[in-house]
Amino acid sequence: MQLEVVVSLKPEVLDTEGRAIQSTMHRLGFESLESVSVSKRFILEFDEADELAFQKAEKLAKEHLSNPVSETYLVRKLS
Amino acid sequence: MANKSVFGDVRVGLLQYPGSNCDADCLDVFARYLDISLIPIWHTEHALPKLDALILPGGFSYGDYLRAGALAGHAKITPSIREFAKAGGSVIGICNGFQILTEMGLLPGTLLKNASGRFICRQVHLNVAEGASLYSKALSSSGSLTMPIAHGEGRYFIDDDGLERLRGEGQVAFRYSDENGELSDQTNPNGSIDHIAGIVSTNGRVLGMMPHPERAVDTLIGGSQDGLSILKTFLQSAQ
Amino acid sequence: MSSETSTLQCSPSSLPKLSPLIDTSSQDQFAELLKSHKISTGEYQVILEILGRTPTMSELGVFSAMWSEHCSYKSSKVHLKTLPTTGPDVVVGPGENAGVVRLSGKLCVAFKMESHNHPSYIEPYQGAATGVGGILRDVFCMGARPIANLNSLRFGQRSHPRTNYLLDRVVKGIGDYGNCVGIPTVAGQVAFHPSYNGNCLVNAMTVGLIHEDQIFKGYASGVGNLVVYVGSATGRDGIHGATMASDSFSSTDEGSRTTVQVGDPFAEKLLLEATLDMLEKGLVLGLQDMGAAGLTSSSFEMADRAGSGLLLDLDKVPVRAKNMTAYELLLSESQERMLLCVEPHKWDELKAALCKWELPFAIIGEVTDTGRVQIVYQGELEADVPVGPLASKAPEYKRPIKPTPSVAQSQDALLDLERLIEKTGVEQVLMQALVHSGDKKPVYDQYDHHIGVKTVRGPEDGGAAVLKITSDDADPVDDRLGLSVSVSCNERYCGVNPRLGAAHAVLKSARAIAAMGAKPLAVTDCLNYGNPEIPEVMAQISEGIEGIGEACIALSTPVVSGNVSLYNQTGNESILPTPMIGMVGRHKAVDRAPRAVFSAKAGPVAVLRPKSKSGGNWSYAYGGSLAAYLLEAESAQLNIPAIDWASENEAISFLETLISDYNPVACRDVGEGGLLTSLVKMCLAEGCGFEGKLSFENDVPAVRQYLAEAGPMYIIQFASEADFEAALQSASKLSHLELSRAGEAIKEPKCLVDGLEIDLAKLKPLYENALLV
Repeated sequence: MQLEVVVSLKPEVLDTEGRAIQSTMHRLGFESLESVSVSKRFILEFDEADELAFQKAEKLAKEHLSNPVSETYLVRKLS
Repeated sequence: MANKSVFGDVRVGLLQYPGSNCDADCLDVFARYLDISLIPIWHTEHALPKLDALILPGGFSYGDYLRAGALAGHAKITPSIREFAKAGGSVIGICNGFQILTEMGLLPGTLLKNASGRFICRQVHLNVAEGASLYSKALSSSGSLTMPIAHGEGRYFIDDDGLERLRGEGQVAFRYSDENGELSDQTNPNGSIDHIAGIVSTNGRVLGMMPHPERAVDTLIGGSQDGLSILKTFLQSAQ
Repeated sequence: MSSETSTLQCSPSSLPKLSPLIDTSSQDQFAELLKSHKISTGEYQVILEILGRTPTMSELGVFSAMWSEHCSYKSSKVHLKTLPTTGPDVVVGPGENAGVVRLSGKLCVAFKMESHNHPSYIEPYQGAATGVGGILRDVFCMGARPIANLNSLRFGQRSHPRTNYLLDRVVKGIGDYGNCVGIPTVAGQVAFHPSYNGNCLVNAMTVGLIHEDQIFKGYASGVGNLVVYVGSATGRDGIHGATMASDSFSSTDEGSRTTVQVGDPFAEKLLLEATLDMLEKGLVLGLQDMGAAGLTSSSFEMADRAGSGLLLDLDKVPVRAKNMTAYELLLSESQERMLLCVEPHKWDELKAALCKWELPFAIIGEVTDTGRVQIVYQGELEADVPVGPLASKAPEYKRPIKPTPSVAQSQDALLDLERLIEKTGVEQVLMQALVHSGDKKPVYDQYDHHIGVKTVRGPEDGGAAVLKITSDDADPVDDRLGLSVSVSCNERYCGVNPRLGAAHAVLKSARAIAAMGAKPLAVTDCLNYGNPEIPEVMAQISEGIEGIGEACIALSTPVVSGNVSLYNQTGNESILPTPMIGMVGRHKAVDRAPRAVFSAKAGPVAVLRPKSKSGGNWSYAYGGSLAAYLLEAESAQLNIPAIDWASENEAISFLETLISDYNPVACRDVGEGGLLTSLVKMCLAEGCGFEGKLSFENDVPAVRQYLAEAGPMYIIQFASEADFEAALQSASKLSHLELSRAGEAIKEPKCLVDGLEIDLAKLKPLYENALLV
C-alpha cells in the first residue's frame, strides 16, 4: 500500500528556500508569482497485508519524518 | 598520557556517529591543549561508561539526511545520554552536536537552514548571555568571544512561548554580536531568532552551541584562544 | 546487502560460454557502433589482434572506456613522458592513484588534481561534487588521510546567460561535498573568460598525509585471494562518462543529464574511515577506487599492476537499478565504490570493519594466474580480455602539430596600449581590474576552511594556503612544520605563448608558496585543452608540457601526479590552453607565515624586485595582461613576461629566510594587473590605504610600472622600521634582486602614489560585491 507524507514548515517559520526561489523567478519574468513554499514529500510503501499501514504512516510522520518544533505534516493514501 | 591534566582524573566522553567529523579535532585538541584523553563512544554502544562530562562533536552525522541531527537522535546510545543528562551530567553539543541535542529533546528549539540558504564559514563574535554566566570569566576586555562557525543549518528557531521561557529561565548562553558584544541584524550570520548562538538546559548543565570552540584554541590557527576558555570552563563545571 | 559465498560458481578452467559477439554484418551499423564507442578502425584492428576474435558487446565497452582519452591519455602520453618526475623527496611518482613526496622525517604528502569538466557543464552541482569525491578517493586509497582540498574553476564571461548559474551550482556542489566529508577547502581560483562560455573547467585537488612506509598501492595479487566490492550499490550513473569526458559538446547535449553521476558525501565519509581503518589493520592486499570507467578500470588496473588475472561474477555486484546488463554494470560510474583484494583468512576481520561503517559489500571474484580479466554474468562469459596487451597495446598517438607562431613584439603595439590606458585613466583600469577578479569571499564562505584545526592561512587572502602540521611521523627537529599549497594558471598567457604560459603557471604557484615563507617541493598538473586532433591545439598541448617541464626543472619541483582533460571545445572553438598547476611546499617556521594583506598599524611597505638595469632578461610586459584584456586591446604583437629563473629562485630562497628571520606582517607576489592592482588588493581587506611610490625605474613610464606585468615582484610589509632596515641589509647581498622602500600603509582608505589619489572606499564595495550571484 502506498502512502504519501508531506512535511512543510509551519507558517510562522521563515522559508528561506521558498523565498530565494520566489525572488529568482520574479526576476526571471514571473512577476505575478507572489510566494513559493517548499515541502518534503515521502512516499511510503507498506506490505499490502498490513492493515495498520495508515496509522503507522501517521506515527512515522509525527515522530520521525517531521520536527514538531518547526514543521507540520499531512498523510494520505495513494491509490 | 604523558602529562597530568590540571583537571585531574576527569572522565570526558566523546560521542561518535557515522559522519561525525569534528570528533578527530576534539580528540586532538583535548590531548594537546588540555592533557585529557577523551573516551570515544561509538553510537551503537548501549550504555555510557562512567563519565563526568560528555561531548557531542560537530560534523554531518548521517549526512544531515532527513534533518541535521535527526537520525543520530535515534542511536542506540541515546537513552543512556538522556539518563546522564537527567542525572545532572555535563554535556556540550557543538554544531551538529547541538542539532542532535535539540532533536533528542534535551534542548528546546531547533536548527534550520541559514537565512541565506548557503553554508557559512567565518569568524563570529559572541556576546555572553545570562545562561553562560560561567563563561563570562572567559571574556576578553572587548566584551565578546571570537570563534569560527561553519554550518548550513544554524538558524536557531523556537516559537514565541518557547523564547519567552528561554529568556525567563536565563537559558540563552551566547548570542551573535560585534566585537564589543553589541547585537544587531548585521552581525547575525544565519537569521537565528534573538541572535541565539547557544543555549543551556533548564538545569544549566547541558550546553548547545553552533560555533566551534575546539577551533579557537591557538591564536596562530583560530585567531583566538576563546574556545579554549570555553572548554576549560566546561570541564571545571563538570568536576 | 553482503554476499557470503566465498567461492564462485565457476573457475578459469570451467567458464561458461562466451556471450554473443558484436554484429559486424551491416557496414553502416557497425561503423555507427564504433563511432558511438569512439573506437577508430585502427584501434578496432588492434582489439581483434588482442582477442584473436570479434569482441562481445561488453568487451567493446571495456576497450572503449579503457582506451578513451580520459583513461589512456592516448594523445598526450608521448609528451607527458618528457616531464621531470624524480627527485630526492619523491616517494611515489606518476602512475599511481596519487603522487607522494616527503615532507619531514617519515611524514609524506600525497596529492593529485583531477578534472570533472564535461559533467559539470551538464549538471554543475553533481559534476563538481563528484569531482571532489573522485579525487578524495584517489588520495585516501593510498592510505593517506586527506587534510586539504583546493579547486580551480573557469567559467565563461559574467554576462553569458549560463555563467552565474554554473558558478552558483558548482560552488555549492564543491562545498556541500567537501564540507560533509569533513575536509577543509583552503585555496583555489575562480576566473572568467569568454573562451569558457561553452566549456567550464572544474579542477579539484586533494592533499593528504601519510607515513612513508605505509603507502598503499592497488595490487590484485595471490591466486585465490578474494576480490571484494565495497561501497554504494551500482546504478546506471555515468555510463560512458569516461568517453563523455573525452567528448566535446554539441547543441543536442542538454539531454545528457541522465549520464551524470550523483554523489553521496556521507557514503564517501564512511568509505574513507573504513579504508583508513582497514589499511591500518593490514587487512587488505590491494585497493583501487572505482572512478572513471568504474568496475572496468579498477579491475584491469589492479590486475595489471600485479601481473595477475581476475575472475569476476557480476551477479554478485550490489545493484540499485533493475535489469542491468553486464555492459551497464561494467561501465557504470556510480560513486563511492572501491575494489579490494583480500586474503581469505582476513575476510572475517575485514567484514567486521565494513559492518561497523555500515557499508554494503560483496565478494565478486577472485585472483587468478591467467593474466586475463574474465567476467561472467547470468550464465555467460561476458568478457575475456588479456590484461597486459590491453595496457601495452593501448593507443598512443603522436598527433600532428602546427607550432604556435612566436610573438613579434612591436613597440608600437605597446605604446598604443599605454596611450589607451592613459586616455581611460589608471584609476578606471584599476577599478575594472578589481571588479573582474572580484573578492572571492562569496565563494569561500561556502567552504569550511577551518575544520581539522590546522589552517594558518586559508582562502581569505587569496594566496597560497598554509597548514600547521603536528605529527609523530615528522622529524622532531621540525617542530614548527607547515605545509603550503596553491593552485594556479594564467590562461591569457597560455593563449599568447603556450610554452612560456605553462611555465608561468608553475612559477605563479611557486611564488604564492614562497610568499608564505615556504619552499616549493613538487607539482601535480591538470592539463585542460581543446581538440588534440587539431594540429594548432596539439601544439598547445605539447608546448605546454614542454613549458611545465622547463619550469619544474628550473624550480626543482618534479611532477608527481596529474590529469589530462582534452576536447574542451564547443563546435570548432577550443578553450584557451589552461594547464592548472597544483603545488605543495614545506614550511619550517609556520608561526611566521605572513598575511597577504596590509595592517594599518604596522611598519614600512617594500617591494622585492629585480635590480634596476636597462635591458636584462626580464621586462615589463603587456602580452596576456589584465590591462590589455579589460581594454579589449589584446594584441598578437605583445609578449608575455619573460622568465629569469635565477632571479626567481633567488627570490624564493631569500623570502624563506626573510620571513623566518624578520617575521613580516604581510607578503604577496605581484600578479595580474601588475603592482598597483596587487597593492590595492592588500589595502581593501582591512579598509586601509597606502602612501608612497610604485615607480622605481626612472626610464620606464609610471603607467607601465603600475599596470604591466613582470617578475619576480613581491610586496612586503614589515612590522617595524628596524625590521625593514635589517632586511635591507640582508637584501644587499642578493645578485639579482633588490628590496626597495615603497611607502606606508595608512588608516585613510586612499591610495596616494606619485601624485595619484585613488579613493579606495569607493572601490571596496565594487570589489566585495563583484562575485555575488
